[in-house]
Amino acid sequence: MAGSLEGKAILVTGGGSGIGRATSLLLAKQGAKVMIADYVPEGAQKTVAMIREAGGTADCLVADVSVTKQVEMMVAKTVETYGRIDGAFNNAGIEGKMAGTIDTSEENFDRTIAINLKGVWLCMKYEIPQMLKQGGGVIVNTASIAGLVGFEGLPAYNASKHGVVGLTKTAALEFAQKNIRVNCVCPGVIQTPMVARLMDGGGMNENDMRAGEPVGRFGQPQEIGEGVVWLLSDASSFVTGHSMVIDGGWIAR
Amino acid sequence: MAGLLENKVVLVTGGGSGIGRATSLLLAKQGAKVMIADYVPESAERTVKLIKDAGGNANCIAADVSIPKQVEAMVAKTVEVYGRLDGAFNNAGIEGKMADTVEYPEEIFDRIMAINLKGVWLCMRAEIPQMLKTGGGAIVNTASGAGLVGVPMLSAYNASKHGVVGLTKTAALEYAQKNIRVNCVCPGLINTPMVARMIDSGGMNEQDSVAAEPVRRMGRPEEIGEGVVWLLSDAASFVTGHSMSIDGGYVAQ
Repeated sequence: MAGSLEGKAILVTGGGSGIGRATSLLLAKQGAKVMIADYVPEGAQKTVAMIREAGGTADCLVADVSVTKQVEMMVAKTVETYGRIDGAFNNAGIEGKMAGTIDTSEENFDRTIAINLKGVWLCMKYEIPQMLKQGGGVIVNTASIAGLVGFEGLPAYNASKHGVVGLTKTAALEFAQKNIRVNCVCPGVIQTPMVARLMDGGGMNENDMRAGEPVGRFGQPQEIGEGVVWLLSDASSFVTGHSMVIDGGWIAR
Repeated sequence: MAGLLENKVVLVTGGGSGIGRATSLLLAKQGAKVMIADYVPESAERTVKLIKDAGGNANCIAADVSIPKQVEAMVAKTVEVYGRLDGAFNNAGIEGKMADTVEYPEEIFDRIMAINLKGVWLCMRAEIPQMLKTGGGAIVNTASGAGLVGVPMLSAYNASKHGVVGLTKTAALEYAQKNIRVNCVCPGLINTPMVARMIDSGGMNEQDSVAAEPVRRMGRPEEIGEGVVWLLSDAASFVTGHSMSIDGGYVAQ
């Protein structure tokens, strides 16, 4: 029985771990051909191996989304491999180092913005023209609940994720009549290597985070993946410019 | 192959027309047993017939959601017929009259609040205790883009729909650790009898309204239904307290 994304070519950035990996597996399970991009090659290769072992179609490449030429190459390579790009999950992101607004270093600020915010813009800058050539496409960007509310000690991360929400709405409006939908997901606290790093002496308190989640638990990366799959599918045909919050109720408070 | 909501018992208010009817059909297609409630009995019966003709399972009951005793009877009947309640789509709503804030007739203001806002609260008040008995459930309320932004000439409708967003978040937080998820959908301009009435009354200009939609078309009621089906399913297991906009980009502007 055909999956909800049968035969679609989907590019996933940051597909080598966490939410990117879990989503890539779900996309492949729904019949998509997945191109996994990551700046850690082994992570991307492992995701591909997992997909192929489950009978799916996937390939990978190394790319740093903050480098224009690498983003350009990533999109070109996806088209070369699969002939087209039907969807993209612009998910690559870093947490940076936790430090307050006045303490955070300039390089931490710049690096976080370069990957999390400029990287999303660069990805769309090269994906959208390809999608226009094909008559349409769908994009999901990874924002965060930190794109909607504040988090102490993460000024650059917050700023970058608020920015992703803004980029999402703008691109959605610009291409609304060109059959390209653009949405973002806003994950809550999800059990990923990124969150593990923040909690293992990274400055984030696990108990505070758990207490902050009304459902009393962290989310699983697949729970974000389910939302991404839905947003990339035709079931969400009238959804664009939306920030889909998958957070166990965090921001409802 | 099992549907997303196989054997789940789902109650739909306002299931006799528009979004309620389209969603009921989709729910039944995904294997749910659907109880259709509406204060226009013939329309609810018609929805049941459409579902049964397609091989699905449905029943109906006449109910005005602004009347506590009728809401209680509606939930009791659902449990009597199907044995339990797994999901609810609290969708019954009216548009009232179009007039500016100063001119708005008091009786119509009160009627809109009674159905659109108090009705949603009354429904949850009856549904949640039943869901607690069986260990959990999922609720989707129908809010609107008018629950997030302002719409001239619809002050009471706006207020009621903003209120639904608030009720949704509060209930979500209260029952987050009781395995009950509560979300709402915020439809944009959808091709339904409600919208047709507003256009025919002269209060809404069809061309202007469509032009205000970034995607330059009305949504189909099924496009809202798809979101409701997803939110009621286990795929949305980490989504609660969320207002899902299905509006062709309307609130992204």
